[in-house]
Amino acid sequence: MTFITATPAKLDSEALTSKSTSLWQITWHRLFRRKSSVIGMSILAMLVTTALTAQWIAPYSPTLSMLDASPPQNLQKRSSPCIHLLGCAQDQPQHIMGTDGNIRDEFSRMLYGARLSLMIGLSTVSFAIFIGTVLGALAGYFGGWIDNLIMRVMDVLLAFPSLLLAIAIVTVLGPGLINALLAIGIVSIPAYARVMRASVLSVREMDFVSATRSLGGNTYEILFKCILPNALTPLIVQGTLGIASAILDAAALSFLGLGAQPPTPEWGSMLGAERNQVFTAPHLVFYPGLAIMLTVLSFNLIGDGLRDALDPRLVHVSS
Amino acid sequence: MTSYILRRLLLSIPVLFGILFATFTLARLIPGDPCRAMLGEKATKVVCDEFNHRHGLDKPIPVQFGVYISEIAQGDFGNSFRYSKAITELLMERLPITVELSFAALLISIFIGIPLGVIAAVRHNSWVDVVTMLWANIGVSMPVFWLGLMLAYVFALTLKDTPFQLPPSGRLSPGLITIPFFETWGLELTKDSFVYNISYFFSRMNILNAMLTGNWVVLKDAVTHLILPAFALSTIPMALIARMTRSSMLEVLGQDYIRTARAKGLDHRAVILKHAFRNALLPIATVIGLSLGGLLGGAILTETVFNLSGVGRILYDGITARDYGIVQGFTVVIAIFFVSLNLIVDISYAYLDPRIRLD
Repeated sequence: MTFITATPAKLDSEALTSKSTSLWQITWHRLFRRKSSVIGMSILAMLVTTALTAQWIAPYSPTLSMLDASPPQNLQKRSSPCIHLLGCAQDQPQHIMGTDGNIRDEFSRMLYGARLSLMIGLSTVSFAIFIGTVLGALAGYFGGWIDNLIMRVMDVLLAFPSLLLAIAIVTVLGPGLINALLAIGIVSIPAYARVMRASVLSVREMDFVSATRSLGGNTYEILFKCILPNALTPLIVQGTLGIASAILDAAALSFLGLGAQPPTPEWGSMLGAERNQVFTAPHLVFYPGLAIMLTVLSFNLIGDGLRDALDPRLVHVSS
Repeated sequence: MTSYILRRLLLSIPVLFGILFATFTLARLIPGDPCRAMLGEKATKVVCDEFNHRHGLDKPIPVQFGVYISEIAQGDFGNSFRYSKAITELLMERLPITVELSFAALLISIFIGIPLGVIAAVRHNSWVDVVTMLWANIGVSMPVFWLGLMLAYVFALTLKDTPFQLPPSGRLSPGLITIPFFETWGLELTKDSFVYNISYFFSRMNILNAMLTGNWVVLKDAVTHLILPAFALSTIPMALIARMTRSSMLEVLGQDYIRTARAKGLDHRAVILKHAFRNALLPIATVIGLSLGGLLGGAILTETVFNLSGVGRILYDGITARDYGIVQGFTVVIAIFFVSLNLIVDISYAYLDPRIRLD
């Protein structure tokens, strides 16, 4: 089937890559056959495009007050959306999503927010995967008291509801985007450590690992060249779903005022800053929340699609 | 079974110890001097030395940790300087509100999520299935605080002056008061006795208290106030439960004994409910157990949005006011609560599925 049966004698990189290319092709193919993952990938593609091109498509700077724009626009605070195509008077300046409490263009802030949101998801999950993988690999490979110590610490981390632990950590570190990211990263470590440890345990005693060991492979080689590729599949699935929950948690922290601080155009903090205006300026609450939901949804859909596409039990069903 | 329960209890001791150690360390890592944080920047050294001595902060760290543990073992979770009250006292006031909200949310998510999942599985690949799963995917991706605000906007403003209008914040309309059921019943309870504390705890749940005292006006008002926050909070667990019910039912429905049951001429409903659903329950129970932690996290956000003075709200206030006593005390309590819940969930699995006991 897949990696696990890679023959021990031919454990050179060539054998591995030729096998893995085909797995990725199958996965890719299956991913595109699922409607929900195609929807997820389309949303994500739009987000990535927005994030990359924000500085060209945004009509204004995300932190520029319209009073300081050239020419200065004399607008009310939190003015409603004005779109010329939909009948808004031509002499009014166009603001597709209206302006916020500091008379900044909401649409520009939303565009820059996409950049921040993706950055938040990717950085926290990379951090958590890196630490979690190393810890899980050590625990699974060495066993004994190392395993016990690491996994008990992970149990303690899991004993707190994740948002609550993140809040406690940010309280200690002080509010701010970087600290919030660190907190969410720390909170999500146990999931990856567990996945990695389980994979290590399942392949540690397999023949191709013993073969590498008898051929003189050192611990580093065994862990990262034999075992890690086998753990990659569950890590990718967990990671994709992890990005979704990291973005959601980061938005929640920012909403509570513990994450990104104004004037950073972060969706959660934009929503939090205007939450008391929901009855007078609902657009300032509606758009950021919708954006958070769509972003999280896209990663959830892709994650679910990947889980099914990478499931070796389904190989014969759909290929 | 007894040995399994004992083993699980013993295993949770190191975790509890770890939780206490983690919160103790977190509290010591908070930048700044506790004396100046509590008494203000202008506190003199003499005053601070006095303060540190009084609170045992001049003792070595390991001794402080020992004192901390022994205090918690005696049910003393520290004090809040903002409210000048013991954490336990605040907990008695605030926890019932969160419990009421979470319980309502859990009931909604179970009573809507499970039937939806079952229908989606029975009508696999029909439009019901597609719509349910689409909705479930959106549900798990929902920022609770946004949904809450949007619900408040729709039901309090857009639907104003229609029968569907619902209040966007608070627990009761102004002017309504609740009298604890033990006072209505004329029970003479000594304050601070165990029975009084328990009765007080339950009387803080407006819906329960209104039912016990037969005050239907308050009951109706309390229920209308609870609908929006409970629905907002229930979205994520509801979506998770619906998804898990569907996949678990699909797996069970494909098995041979279901075909046998059908072949021997059993009624469709009996096959689904008696044969399939019962065996699909275990994974559903798992998801319900797992979503309890999420409910507690979500309660912080929901209570902030809907202005409910529960545990989540007080934590939020504690954070903004830098009241570390509250943050530390409530974090410990919630974590211990969470560990106990998980323990109960684990033990109930062992009861439901005998294979687990042998692990």
